[in-house]
Amino acid sequence: MNDVDSVADVVAMACLLLGAFLCLTAGLGLLRFPDVLSRMHAGTKPQTAGVLLIMVGGAIRLSGWSVTWMLLLVAVFQLLTAPVSAHMVSRIAYRRRHVRRDRLLVDELGSRAGGPRGDEPADGDAQTGR
Amino acid sequence: MTIVSVITFAMLGAGVLLALVRLALGPSLLDRVVATDALLVIISAGLAVYAALTRNPTVVPVLVVVSLLGFVGTVSVARYIGGMLVESADDGQDVGLPPAVETLGAAEPGKGGRP
Repeated sequence: MNDVDSVADVVAMACLLLGAFLCLTAGLGLLRFPDVLSRMHAGTKPQTAGVLLIMVGGAIRLSGWSVTWMLLLVAVFQLLTAPVSAHMVSRIAYRRRHVRRDRLLVDELGSRAGGPRGDEPADGDAQTGR
Repeated sequence: MTIVSVITFAMLGAGVLLALVRLALGPSLLDRVVATDALLVIISAGLAVYAALTRNPTVVPVLVVVSLLGFVGTVSVARYIGGMLVESADDGQDVGLPPAVETLGAAEPGKGGRP
C-alpha cells in the first residue's frame, strides 16, 4: 500500500471511512428494524450514499479516466436501480401484509372505498383483482 | 494508512455479518431479498475499497457486474413472489402462500391473520 501523499488522499480516506460507516449502519438497520419496509429503508438509502462516497474515494485514489468512468457508471447505476428494486419489494411487501400497521402513520393505499385490504395489483383491474 | 484500511474493512465486515444474520433470521422471503441486496452492495463496496486502498484498478469491472447482478436478482425474486400472489388472487385474497409471519403474530391463531 502506498502512503498518504496529499490532501486528495486525505479526502479519499475520509470518503472511504464515511462510506464504510454507512454500510455498517445499513447492516445495523437491517438487523434492528421491525418490518420489511423499515429494513428496506435501512438497506437501500444509507447504502446508496455509502456506495457513492466509496466511488468518490476510489475515483480520487485511482488515477486514470477509464477507471473513473467505470466508477461513475457504477454510481449512476446504483442511483437508478435502488429506487426500482425498493419500489418492487415494498409493493410486494404491502400486498403480502408484511407491513406492521400499528407503526404506520398514514396508509394511503388502505383508505379506498372497498375497505383496507390493500392486496389489489397496482397495475391490474381493481374489480377482478388482476 | 494501515489504520484506515483496518477500520474500513472492520466496518464493512461488521455490516456483512449483520446482513448475514438478517439473511439467516429473516422471517419472510422479502427480508431475505432485502438482506441479499444489501449484502451484494456491501461486497461491491468492499471491492471498491480494496481497489482504492491498493491503487489497483483490476477489480473495477467486477463492480459493474456485481451491481448489475444485484439489481437483476432483487427484481426477479420480487417479481417471482408477486407472480405467485397475482396468479392466486381470484377473489382478492392471496391463497398461494401461507400468511405472513407478522400478521400471524399480531392476530389470534386459527384465523390466519385475515382482516
